[in-house]
Amino acid sequence: MNKKQFNRRDFLKVSGATLVTVATGFSIYTPSASAKAKARVVVVGGGMGGATAARYIKKGDPKIDVTLIEANPIYHTCFMSNFVIAGERKLDYLAHGYAGLIAEGINVVIDTVIGIDDNAVKTRGGKSYAFDRCVVSPGIDFKFVEGHSEELANTSITHAWKAGKQTQLLRNQLMSMKDGGVVIIGPPGDVFRCPPGPYERTSLIAGYLKKNKPKSKVLVLDPKDKFSKFGLFMEGWKTHYGYGSDNSLITWVNGEEGGAIEKVSASDMTVTSVAEKDFKGDVINIIPEQKAGAIAFTAGLTDDSGWCPVDLHTFESTIRKNIHVIGDASQAKGMPKSGYAASSEAKVCAAGIVALLNGEAPGSPTYVNTCYSLISFEPKDAISVAAVYKLAEDKSKIVKVPGSGGLTPGGDARNATYRARAAEYALGWYENITSNTFND
Amino acid sequence: MQLKTFAISALSVAIIVGCVVLQPAEEKVALVLTKAAAKSGPPKLISGASGAMLANSCEGCHGSDGNSQGPAMPTIAGMSKNYMVEVMEEFRDDETKSTIMGRIAKGYTDDEIKAMAAYYAGIPFNGAGQGGDAATIATGKKLQKKYCGTCHHDGGADADDDSGILAGQWPTYLHYTLQDFANGDRAISQKMKKKIAQLLAEEGQAGLDAIITYLSSQR
Repeated sequence: MNKKQFNRRDFLKVSGATLVTVATGFSIYTPSASAKAKARVVVVGGGMGGATAARYIKKGDPKIDVTLIEANPIYHTCFMSNFVIAGERKLDYLAHGYAGLIAEGINVVIDTVIGIDDNAVKTRGGKSYAFDRCVVSPGIDFKFVEGHSEELANTSITHAWKAGKQTQLLRNQLMSMKDGGVVIIGPPGDVFRCPPGPYERTSLIAGYLKKNKPKSKVLVLDPKDKFSKFGLFMEGWKTHYGYGSDNSLITWVNGEEGGAIEKVSASDMTVTSVAEKDFKGDVINIIPEQKAGAIAFTAGLTDDSGWCPVDLHTFESTIRKNIHVIGDASQAKGMPKSGYAASSEAKVCAAGIVALLNGEAPGSPTYVNTCYSLISFEPKDAISVAAVYKLAEDKSKIVKVPGSGGLTPGGDARNATYRARAAEYALGWYENITSNTFND
Repeated sequence: MQLKTFAISALSVAIIVGCVVLQPAEEKVALVLTKAAAKSGPPKLISGASGAMLANSCEGCHGSDGNSQGPAMPTIAGMSKNYMVEVMEEFRDDETKSTIMGRIAKGYTDDEIKAMAAYYAGIPFNGAGQGGDAATIATGKKLQKKYCGTCHHDGGADADDDSGILAGQWPTYLHYTLQDFANGDRAISQKMKKKIAQLLAEEGQAGLDAIITYLSSQR
């Protein structure tokens, strides 16, 4: 069952005893599960989505037994990892553990989930964790181009799109690169985690080179013709890195110009674009196309898009009942794949689960995204995008509240003060979003 | 626009009459109508989120239970309802210049702002408790009482004076806000303007900084 999508026929095939349990969970207005016995929620994945969901379910109803299963004892946030790559922070800055969750009465299990049955999660360690409702927040997995692989990413051509060892490796490569070297960055095509991330990375690597290795260049090979915060990045690159001039630190080859990468060769450090053109790099960072994390596929939660369709009110999977999918892996139609969005989805999902387990109808949801990108450290220049969202009445999508949100205004002199402040807000944002997630 | 809508309605009536024979055409028109509906305005949205649900979405930036981990983000827990409503309205209406809050405040109705303000008014404020030189803190305490104490009672710790909790607020936030007041980027009463001018004339920037050190040292 857990190897393929759950369908109606499978549902009818399950044993009588299981059927009773499953059928109970189907109806919204069943008697309170926590009144009968302690309701159990198992959260798969301890990143921004999973850890936040675990905390807010426990906060919403302390009687619910919450277990969070995560493969690694330390989580490194992907956001702010560009600060580490640029040498502005150490890798430890990104590290968060689970002591704060344990202190709140959440059972934290370090193990790898290998399957999700209708009412229990199975781990590589041979354990089974029964649930009334399950939250799956597995993040992303990669679709590598020819010649690229996770093994290669761990040793030479990084993606560094999950923070940790590769973040440090990319940092080390930049430090040991000669002045006059070329750094190739290959952003992915839509849809992917952290839409402005590759361009913040481009900016901050350019900032590092400008200060330390000014004869070097950053070459961005992009399958897209436009990207998140496009105008603001273009303007920022012009202001800080001479973009568009003969002496630009940054060259951006877009999709129309044949920027999409077809294959890489680690042995001669060459990237080949779809236009059959070879580019040599001293440091190569390729961020592959993406799909939902592996367990989402194993558990049959994905559709043809490679992401997980969900009811946007509770984030319950539309493929399998009682299993909710949040964060980058879910199709939160209308919201970007960002850390803040994952956190916001987790809170809506948690409120929904608490209501459902108490035999109540989920309340009206509200969602927010805020996202900062640094363009330059010296001088400090940061931009942001934000939005407040509501659910459409027909629940078909999450919609930005008209008039809300949008981008930082462009950079006239008056705004320079505010954009320097935004860099400070980005740091405060980091402190708060991570302590809100990990209670640390 | 109205004429176009009328034309489409008229067309749909015509097609509906003949729909039995003209099924493919009907589908086509249905598509046109759907597109027209989509163009006619944004979809209806579900409102009515609770104060707690609304507040949840603030906490990624302003900290768990609205208590910020600093240094530029203010703590929003424990504010009086009146004060928070006023501040949010000023952000929403661009009366207060901001990096991001204006864009976010525009996402909420009056009722939603009241609901989240009522929620946070009931959550305890945890002071930043930043360090600082003891002599500076003592000076700041004295100056706060002299120049600010008439409105910001109890060393800025009284939520009921409807002027925000300043005692225990984060220093970078206090600096930014005072800059905004000075630049005219945030609405300021004549009285406060006069008091700040007086403080700067008599004690200089060091006096203002001492007050901020004193305030942010509170728990």
